[in-house]
Amino acid sequence: MNQKKSKTPMIITLVLVAAIYVAVFIAEQTLPANSMLFTVLKKGATYALVAVSMNLLNGFTGIFSLGQAGFMLVGAYMYGIFTIPIAQRASVYQYFDGGMIQFTVPVIVAMILAGLAAAFFAFLIGLPVLRLKSDYLAIATLGFAEIIRAIFQWNGLGPITNGSNMLRSFPSFNDFNIRDGQGNVTVYLSTLIPFLMAGVCILLIVLLINSSYGRALKAIRDDEVAAEAMGINLAHHKRLAFCVSSFFAGVGGAMLAMYQTTVQAKSFTSAMTYEILLIVVIGGIGSVTGSVLSSFLFVACSEWWLRFLDEKQMIGTFEVPLLRNGFRLVVFSVIIMIVVLFFRRGIMGDKELPDLLSRRMKSEGRRKK
Amino acid sequence: MWDTIFPYLLSGISVGGQYALIAIGYTMVYGILRLINFAHGDVFMVAGIIMVYIAASGLPLWLCIPLVLLITVAVGFLIERAAYRPLRSAPRMSVMISAIGVSYMLQNLVLYITGGLNKQYPTIPGISDTVAIGAAKTKVVTVITPFLVIILVVALVMLINKTKIGMAMRAVSKDFETSQLMGIKINNVISMTFIIGSFLAGVGSILFFTNYPTVIQTSGAMPGLKAFVAAVFGGIGSIPGAVIGAFIIGIMENIIKGLDVILFKAGVISAPLGLATFSDAFSFALLIIILVVKPTGLFGEKVTDKV
Repeated sequence: MNQKKSKTPMIITLVLVAAIYVAVFIAEQTLPANSMLFTVLKKGATYALVAVSMNLLNGFTGIFSLGQAGFMLVGAYMYGIFTIPIAQRASVYQYFDGGMIQFTVPVIVAMILAGLAAAFFAFLIGLPVLRLKSDYLAIATLGFAEIIRAIFQWNGLGPITNGSNMLRSFPSFNDFNIRDGQGNVTVYLSTLIPFLMAGVCILLIVLLINSSYGRALKAIRDDEVAAEAMGINLAHHKRLAFCVSSFFAGVGGAMLAMYQTTVQAKSFTSAMTYEILLIVVIGGIGSVTGSVLSSFLFVACSEWWLRFLDEKQMIGTFEVPLLRNGFRLVVFSVIIMIVVLFFRRGIMGDKELPDLLSRRMKSEGRRKK
Repeated sequence: MWDTIFPYLLSGISVGGQYALIAIGYTMVYGILRLINFAHGDVFMVAGIIMVYIAASGLPLWLCIPLVLLITVAVGFLIERAAYRPLRSAPRMSVMISAIGVSYMLQNLVLYITGGLNKQYPTIPGISDTVAIGAAKTKVVTVITPFLVIILVVALVMLINKTKIGMAMRAVSKDFETSQLMGIKINNVISMTFIIGSFLAGVGSILFFTNYPTVIQTSGAMPGLKAFVAAVFGGIGSIPGAVIGAFIIGIMENIIKGLDVILFKAGVISAPLGLATFSDAFSFALLIIILVVKPTGLFGEKVTDKV
């Protein structure tokens, strides 16, 4: 990295991020709560965290892992299991006599537990898997995600995981809104809180990437043999990256649980991992900013902006052909293929927001934005 | 005891044969391009959907089957042409991501066409009929599958060992660049690989969906992954390895599906354990074990990494 890097772009970035948070807060107080915008922002924040955690592996360490959905599943389940109110347990675990665990922990503790559990699974999985190379590693992690899914669906573990039935009634994003005595919302926080959660986690990942560990990970990505020759302990660093990435995938899983308000193991398929991988690719492999941006774009396109393609549209008296349920996804996947084939560097390449700002300032002199 | 196990064994052999036909496509493409063709399972599913629509159009069945195979081959050929060829000089991961993108696209396309509904696969007279073998009742297709697989594999091995294009394939899989220098048109060889793979996936889909007669956009994902596991298990790049791996996985998976019943009848357990949940997970456990113990698979060649 450049030693004499100016501090200004960094400050501008921080101001921008702070401005976004303020904007989210204001928007939430003023716009109707059922606006599509908030759905997109909540899901986008969740996906941003998961995408950045995947980018840490695929983009910064060069470990091509496809196990993300599995770790999210672990996180989502841990969160659900430890936060369902005791009063609700009898109805949620109706086939398993109210379940085995009869206590709850605060949301924040449950989220950390979710991350730790995912990291623990990652540690176990990493023991055999991290020795493998590129595509073998991809398929082995994909396989592990499937195994985890099967384990959590097994009725033998029903008293803990509720078998193949769904977990519900745990605190969701909407429970972060502050209510007065009558149950009317006084301060809306249901979008700001997920933003804060994702923001803190992504900040931690960025700090890791910019530390000496992060530089070691990048060295491994660029050339394993050379990195090893420079005295980097390959096994140790790969395990570290794998566990940290899974930790945040687990936290992301917990956030997804809060977003969806229900958790069921069968929805964490490999298709979910593919979706996140495509987000990372669109954003640019090796760019945190890119992953965050493309998460919001991806969610906004698939949930909101391209919705009109799923309904009949009339231009005057002419009915536009082809438009019906599912067309949105076809258009969407064509766009993704175009990005994958022709814009392989994605939105940001491997640049971050401060890099872009500093380049602009250099090339355009001191024109203030 | 035997009477309990036999039906599971029988359907295991049949499913194994169908996996084998898909696995060959994986193993050949990997052998030549070093690419896990994630879209291959979806080609298999698309073949099923095409059959549904062609049969619904009222064409006679003897025309349907060759037409389905032809279109499937065209789909496979076009995928390689459009999504993999432009990335020939790109890093391997880019091609793999492209394959995942194609898989995503095919699934969404089928979702759009079918409206996300289960489609009933047409019954094919002759192979959909029921026969009794000993105490077990099964469809004719179950019995035909292993024989058909063996015939096709023998034909394929002959093609690879005796013909000019087969020789070219072997050369390209040994060394991509040198074979190019020797005047082999590698693009044709790669196209041919995809054509053969898609053809076999098409045959596999006819056999598979005759047994499990509903097709939906996700029905290719699991068989595809398992066929890939079979290919790795047998040693990727080796055709006999893929076939043997596929049969082992098919049989084990079906035995696990019936393990509750088998153990119950044998008196080992008194209540069902719900082990059938693990029938899919088993294949992946096997994959990880083989990757750790013998990464080159049963019949794979050892590769050394050069710095």
